[in-house]
Amino acid sequence: MSGRVFLLGDGISTDAIMPGRYNVTTDPDGLRRACLIEARPDFVEEVQPGDVIVAGRNFGCGSSREHAPLAIKQNGVAAVIAAGFARIFYRNAVNIGLPVIRCAEAHLVLRDGDRVSVDTLSGEITGPSGTLYGEAPSGVALRIIEAGSLVGLIRQGGWAAVEEVRRVS
Amino acid sequence: MGTLTEELFSRRLGRAVRAGDTVIADVDVAAAHDVTGPLAIEAFRSLELPLWDPDRIVFNFDHVMPANTVAAAELHRVIREFCVEHAITNLFAEGICHQVMIDRGLARPGGVVVGADSHTTTYGGLGCFATGLGSTDIGVVFATGKTWFRIPETIRIDVRGALPHGVYAKDLALHVIRNLGADGADYCAVEWTGEAVRAMSVADRLTLCNLSTDFGAKTGLVEPDETTMRHAGGDAVDLHPIRPEYARTLVVDADALRPQVAVHPSIDNVHDIEDVAGTPLDEVFIGSCTNGRLSDLALAAAILEGRSVHPRTRTVVVPASRGVYLEALAAGYIETFAHAGALVLNPGCGPCLGRQHGVVGPGERVLSTSNRNYPGRMGSPDAQIFLASPAVAAASAVTGSITDPATLGER
Repeated sequence: MSGRVFLLGDGISTDAIMPGRYNVTTDPDGLRRACLIEARPDFVEEVQPGDVIVAGRNFGCGSSREHAPLAIKQNGVAAVIAAGFARIFYRNAVNIGLPVIRCAEAHLVLRDGDRVSVDTLSGEITGPSGTLYGEAPSGVALRIIEAGSLVGLIRQGGWAAVEEVRRVS
Repeated sequence: MGTLTEELFSRRLGRAVRAGDTVIADVDVAAAHDVTGPLAIEAFRSLELPLWDPDRIVFNFDHVMPANTVAAAELHRVIREFCVEHAITNLFAEGICHQVMIDRGLARPGGVVVGADSHTTTYGGLGCFATGLGSTDIGVVFATGKTWFRIPETIRIDVRGALPHGVYAKDLALHVIRNLGADGADYCAVEWTGEAVRAMSVADRLTLCNLSTDFGAKTGLVEPDETTMRHAGGDAVDLHPIRPEYARTLVVDADALRPQVAVHPSIDNVHDIEDVAGTPLDEVFIGSCTNGRLSDLALAAAILEGRSVHPRTRTVVVPASRGVYLEALAAGYIETFAHAGALVLNPGCGPCLGRQHGVVGPGERVLSTSNRNYPGRMGSPDAQIFLASPAVAAASAVTGSITDPATLGER
């Protein structure tokens, strides 16, 4: 799939993605509208299904609030590509089926507004100046993504499905 | 054999595990709060499985308690109804979830606790492997009692010597973050060790492990010892690193430390207090899961006793829990704060996350004893947040600007 790049910097916290004043709800559309509301006020207005977020180090640091990846997913974002992810955000994104790709140089090479195509399983990112090879989730995280979500995986086979991945990895 | 984390999981699983292994493990307790709880309940319901164990599931109302909007009240209602439906009695509205878990003995040395809040790492101060997860992970634990972990590599922080007078666990943690960076311990466990840590109270160890998540750690841990067991009660827990291999060791000379201040806009933008002393403040916040315990309030009260807060600096004090509040009342600290002109609010998260009382406006500067200074954390994204110890916070409240308590004049 291909889409437009929304370029963000280092250390984008879950407070920036979903400020604490806006996440007192589980309503998906309410969360969607508040996504990056202060850090990138044009985001909700301009984002189209298939667009991607490209960021620097420590994306999603801070609060464990799952409202942050949920809000990004609700906006139709095809993948979040970052030089590094905070641990809980990464796990949350995988659990709800929001594709995440680690790529050290994407935020240095790509520019805001670039068109890119992204293979969320291989981690390949193709933009105006060539192809970058990012790292897509592997191991248990990949198994969760294949099932669509953690809830989907547990519904399919319980922890036995995860245990199987553990044994072979 | 291994680090504290490897030892703890090897015992739990009955086989040797090493960093890098992926395991599925039973947890002792799973917790959520008023903001993350409803999403965890949604995940649990979508599994269509029976509840694991009502006695091991804990909900705390702390982020917006009492509710200040209809939306917040609705989140509380969802959780209350869920608890009634499943006979969950561990539903508390008496302070910050992490302090309540400690006060009520729900996090134990040698245990494994997961919570839908990043500062779940706090319980590592008692030698409990504790980590924050998202709501979906916690909802799955509600059904299965298990979750998966990648056993993390460990960074050891070896704190030699003794902290000087006027330098606290908060300063030590900020100094470490200054050295390692805001993602310096990403995906790792952090073991806090050395003379200065062994000499610390449990309260101060909780502060170190609380802040471990703020430089990326999956968990922070202090080896349980006599101090731990005096606090936690019960039989001694025999948990030590055995011929551990650390990914990295950072040696800190405690004697050389000065009061530290994390300056807007990130927690690793840390300076010695001299660099920022004199910065005028609109608000001071003393509280949070980092520094809202009795010893923190004692430090603040000792400075505020017989003094008044500066008229331009609204000063908000929030005891971490009802237990802390009652002890602070008995010790006279609350009266001291009231006489000094500070606003004492009910136990809970308070102004830390900008969702209820104490929200800061554009262009304002606030000094907080909390753990996060991201733009927008406490209100307007155009406000500036400084993080420091309760002693610096109290001294700064008196002068209305960032102040080293050592420079505070006579009463």
